[in-house]
Amino acid sequence: MPEFKKPHALTDAPLHYCPGCTHGIIHRLVAEVIDEMGIEGQTVGVAPVGCSVMAYDYFACDMIEAAHGRAPAVATGVKRANPDTFVFTYQGDGDLAAIGTAEIVHAATRGENITVIFVNNTTYGMTGGQMAPTTLPGQVTQTTPYGRSTDTEGFPIRVCEMLSTLSGVALAERVTVADPANIRKAKAAIRKGFEFQKNKQGFSIIEVLSTCPTNWGKSPVEAIQWLKDNMIPYYPLGVYKEGAIR
Amino acid sequence: MMTETILAGFGGQGILFAGKMLAYFGLMDNKEVSWLPSYGPEMRGGTANCSVCISDDAVGSPLVTEPDVLIVMNGPSYDKFINDVKPGGIAIIDSTLIAQKCERTDIKCFYVPSTQMAEEQGLKGMANIILIGKLIKETGLASDEVIKKALEKIIPPAKAHLVEKNIKAIELGKNA
Amino acid sequence: MERKLMKGNEALAEAAIRAGCKCFFGYPITPQTEISAYMSKRMPKIGGVFLQAESEVSAINMVYGCASSGIRCMTSSSSPGISLKSEGVSYIAGADLPCVIINVMRGGPGLGGIQPSQADYWQATKALGHGDFQLLVFAPSSVQEMADTVQKAFDLADQYRMPALILADGLLGQMMEPVAFDDAEIKFADASDKEWAACGHGGKRVHNISNSLYLKPDELEARIVERYQRYDEIKAKHTEAECYLTDDAELVITAYGSVARIAKAAVDAARKQGIKVGLFRPITLWPFPEKELKAACANADNVLCVEMSMGQMIEDVKLALECKKNVEFFGRTGGIIPKPAEILAKIVEMTQKGAK
Repeated sequence: MPEFKKPHALTDAPLHYCPGCTHGIIHRLVAEVIDEMGIEGQTVGVAPVGCSVMAYDYFACDMIEAAHGRAPAVATGVKRANPDTFVFTYQGDGDLAAIGTAEIVHAATRGENITVIFVNNTTYGMTGGQMAPTTLPGQVTQTTPYGRSTDTEGFPIRVCEMLSTLSGVALAERVTVADPANIRKAKAAIRKGFEFQKNKQGFSIIEVLSTCPTNWGKSPVEAIQWLKDNMIPYYPLGVYKEGAIR
Repeated sequence: MMTETILAGFGGQGILFAGKMLAYFGLMDNKEVSWLPSYGPEMRGGTANCSVCISDDAVGSPLVTEPDVLIVMNGPSYDKFINDVKPGGIAIIDSTLIAQKCERTDIKCFYVPSTQMAEEQGLKGMANIILIGKLIKETGLASDEVIKKALEKIIPPAKAHLVEKNIKAIELGKNA
Repeated sequence: MERKLMKGNEALAEAAIRAGCKCFFGYPITPQTEISAYMSKRMPKIGGVFLQAESEVSAINMVYGCASSGIRCMTSSSSPGISLKSEGVSYIAGADLPCVIINVMRGGPGLGGIQPSQADYWQATKALGHGDFQLLVFAPSSVQEMADTVQKAFDLADQYRMPALILADGLLGQMMEPVAFDDAEIKFADASDKEWAACGHGGKRVHNISNSLYLKPDELEARIVERYQRYDEIKAKHTEAECYLTDDAELVITAYGSVARIAKAAVDAARKQGIKVGLFRPITLWPFPEKELKAACANADNVLCVEMSMGQMIEDVKLALECKKNVEFFGRTGGIIPKPAEILAKIVEMTQKGAK
């Protein structure tokens, strides 16, 4: 019988994430894929600014901590200098879809051979739950106390849909970690992303719908239900683009 | 001994190239040289000018403000620079394109209808080089050997046939 | 070694390649674009990397990533673009990474102008980004010296694990002068001598982390203190300056970069009039050559600082001289290059009034 163990690609450092947060699951999925592909020694991860800012302590591969939003540019620098390494970024929605919009769009359109793990929980978690570019219309956050108004705050960005229009993208897929069946699908998508990278076939982004019980003011179970009831209808799961660009 | 030159005219007349040629004459003669272009929006159709210094010692300021020699190929540049020429200096003026006549008596002016000469001699676009020829004649700046060596340096091998054309233009200028 | 004519910008690029710089990340801005153009032509033919980024911000972050992985890399820009890079420069300094940054200065503030300027002295030497850190700052004054400085900048950046900045200006970048390179074979340095590089641990060591985040104040303080110990060593070993006719000078001009050449012409003219004047040219702006300046001014009561700005280096000059000398200023700014005659006039004025 197989033993349940921590993946080798994760360190023994205790995670600092809040109870019920799904970052831990997503970290584990990335680490399992790295283990299964046997690439830990050739992998460089780029951590963002946001809740996963200290991901560099959790992944056992070489890691770089980037400035807010700049992970795709940093990853580009690593990958261009060392085309045979595996490079992934791990970014939240504020990091990727607000301050780092230029970097993600241009890394995607260049077809950089990197894999982006994009964790969308509709909020800036680390700073205490402010409106993010993916905050849903009507959603209450610290900086939209009356609910996000599309009249004044505009509309959420659907990142996978937007990036799937770019020719440099090999994989744009949205998944969630809201239940075991979806967790398996999420892992398969992450694996696909790394396989595209292995074959130098273009840019891959896996958007993972995630929860933030603390800032949403919900229990972990309520948070999962809220994700299913509100986020999935606005951000439909599925493959938006798949196919080698080169 | 230092010779400071300003070359000035319209963009497209080969002002910067002529300056570069001059700098290469110095280089091939084992002198110290500098070439400083005007840069920016004026490159695109407006006026263009460059400063060239050729010196036995290290060049100080590469920006020439009082030239020993002025080569000038349009009216606006003539108006701008003619009064800056050092007393005792020379001005070489494309008289096809510049109607003005200099009233200064402390400098020597040479009026060469270089644009017209270039057209008549099948050297269209090489009026600039004709004026360089005149400069060589009046200053003795470069020997024939140096000229040939410099041209071979600045003209890429693929365009080697232009070496002879340039020499022809220089000869025309010398005799103008 | 054959001398050939090259623009300062092109010489910087060629020198970087010869110094083993494998990757260049740029973004167009006048008056330094020739560096990118040159790199885009050369790099693909020799197995290097040229990438035009989507912004200055991205370009410096590509440098951050590349430097993290232990590969020699460079970016270049001009004043407004350097301001944009300041975020990345601070991170690079905070993560103790080597790289070379070039600023071909133009007029500011804001969009300013595109003509030569030295108004980024403070930015370069005091605060190119937030936090406690310094850059190595070099101020070459000829095309040959620009080329020679690049190798030195890369080597010291590696040795002390910190970014190095070459502070040029539009005049030095755009002018052509003879330049010679030695004929050594071009060889890109790999990361094998950089045990800290985040380039894949290969299962042979614990993971490396390139990082500037230290949430515990005592840890952060210790990092910074260690960094400043390296700075002290640099100050002791790597200041550089050129003295020209300062031995008997009663008036010493201080000027760096392109302005120093113009000042030299003024010194020569003044000497012809019998005025005992000399030139002190800092080659490293950080660390500022304080001891060298003091020595050069031993016989001078008066100092004239000449800059293409409203006066920035003058503060370091006064500090180095502990305000014991009369220090005056002459400058042009906004893209105006001072003329030798203007500097000479100021020399004569200071001499005639017997200044101090």
